[in-house]
Amino acid sequence: MGKTITEKIFDSHVVDEPFPGTKVLAIDVVMCHEITTPIAIADLVARGKDRVFDAAKIKAVIDHVTPSKDSKSATQAKMLRDWAARHKIRDFFDIGNNGVCHALFPEKGFIRPGYTVIMGDSHTCTHGAFGAFAAGVGTTDLEVGILKGVCAFRPPKTIRIDITGKLAKGVFAKDVILEVIRTLTVSGATDCVIEFAGPVVDAMTMEERMTLCNMAVEAGATSGLCMPDRQTVEYLWPFIKGQYKNSRAAALADFKKWHSDADAVYEKKITLNVSKLEPVATIGYKPDQVKKIRELSDVKIDQVYIGSCTNGRLSDLRIAASIIKGTRLAPGVRGIMSPATPKIYGQAMKAGIIKIFMDAGYCVTNPTCGACLGMSNGVLADGEVCASTTNRNFYGRMGKGGMVHLMSPASAAASGIAGKLTDPRKFIKERKKS
Amino acid sequence: MKTFGGPVLFLDRSDINTDEIIPAKYLNEVTKEALGLHLLEDLKLPGFDPKTGVLKNCRVVVSRANFGCGSSREHAPWALEKNGIFVVAAESFARIFRQNMFNCGMLAIELPKTEIAGLFADCDKNGTICDVDFSQKTLIFSWGRDKSRSVGFSINPFDEALVKAGGWLEFADAKY
Repeated sequence: MGKTITEKIFDSHVVDEPFPGTKVLAIDVVMCHEITTPIAIADLVARGKDRVFDAAKIKAVIDHVTPSKDSKSATQAKMLRDWAARHKIRDFFDIGNNGVCHALFPEKGFIRPGYTVIMGDSHTCTHGAFGAFAAGVGTTDLEVGILKGVCAFRPPKTIRIDITGKLAKGVFAKDVILEVIRTLTVSGATDCVIEFAGPVVDAMTMEERMTLCNMAVEAGATSGLCMPDRQTVEYLWPFIKGQYKNSRAAALADFKKWHSDADAVYEKKITLNVSKLEPVATIGYKPDQVKKIRELSDVKIDQVYIGSCTNGRLSDLRIAASIIKGTRLAPGVRGIMSPATPKIYGQAMKAGIIKIFMDAGYCVTNPTCGACLGMSNGVLADGEVCASTTNRNFYGRMGKGGMVHLMSPASAAASGIAGKLTDPRKFIKERKKS
Repeated sequence: MKTFGGPVLFLDRSDINTDEIIPAKYLNEVTKEALGLHLLEDLKLPGFDPKTGVLKNCRVVVSRANFGCGSSREHAPWALEKNGIFVVAAESFARIFRQNMFNCGMLAIELPKTEIAGLFADCDKNGTICDVDFSQKTLIFSWGRDKSRSVGFSINPFDEALVKAGGWLEFADAKY
């Protein structure tokens, strides 16, 4: 019987099976940020166990509230900063070098096919785009990960989603994942991993695959996963060329050992043809409440937010800029754009993208998670509505009483111009003509 | 091991997420104690208002499907813990929340949909006590003058070991 990629990763990392149905895995990368780590640090100190299992396998960043907005967030940042210094954690990213964890860490080449990755952050599933098993965990799991380098899991079942057809103009990875979540519902993949496959995924860039995997948790999944392929090799090439003696073929052949076998057993297999998929947006307070955005054109907005671990990467900013260029935000609409990392910020500046946003009336912020979870940098007031490229539309998520409509960067950009939820396709068409 | 059981808080909705259990604006706290005051502050449930004192003395939550979905924040179990609520019984849980509960030595008990529906239909929402017989894996709900119902449950052996050890840190530190 064949194995899925997840089963292969589990088999290669299992260090103990304390009880039937529970596997304790060795963890390759333990990632830490300033919101969920300080309480773990404080607990380890209180227990007299202020140690780390392997400083080289721990990556840390201050990203959720940065620059610190008040004394409490400054204390969190300080706790992480002091801990990283005390344990000589080399890969620690502080202000000036910090960005949204799930954009920054892939950019640094920290995630490789076949890896096990945990973080005290539910969107850790993003890193499955590299063919890794990457799971969001709570602070206690993180604490044990820091101290012992292990984490316990029930071996997840796998739902395979083959995405077929061809994406129409104006339809993006974000629309695809929202459609997947609509299909599965917010709990349809609980205790499962979602394996994304098929020609549409094969054709996606790593940035698009990260958008796809990022929201797997919104369907309840433990991780999203894509098979590592040429795109993966290309993305990681600067970091791996020495290891593979400058041979891309060797890297690709090595990556393929992780691929799910043809006779692997799946919990469920779904084929999703996306040729007829239109740009979509969420309504309500659950990410599986998804509608065609053209059916929501009576929804007026107060704010546009473009950024986050879902859609704050260069290709996201580029497509939004192509729509925004030469326009202004609708009267009364605030625009906030946050490049996800300093590298992306620099590239966007060089490409003229930052200027396009600023000319259109956007506030461009530093890289941070900020407004996505209503902690800083664009919190909504009661009754306000935001067109957002983030990943959660929960009640109160971006500020108590606010409404968040999730959508692609193209749809958010178009909505900002019109002042209401807007299908981006007409802007894309117009631009092509001119 | 913690002591489980007491008055029940019924939350009649599915998909109650961790942002509702403890809003993100309180995630800048660095102690668990500060979270207790804000439990369920943003819960979207008609008629529910934590400020009315409804949480006072509650020790057990009963809810519907996919309880604890969303963010991985262990602040959600901690906010429950600081209010003395060590048990949540629901149709189903989001994975991370469920694991966080057991990792803290608390109970996330899955009951069949029909059983949960029966409890919502029959129990007195303002006066039900749930006793937890951990060794017999039974919840005993009692209300009114003489109404009661016993509901068996199962948890997997790993989660049971975590509850007995007091949590995952204690278990892992002794073993790995």
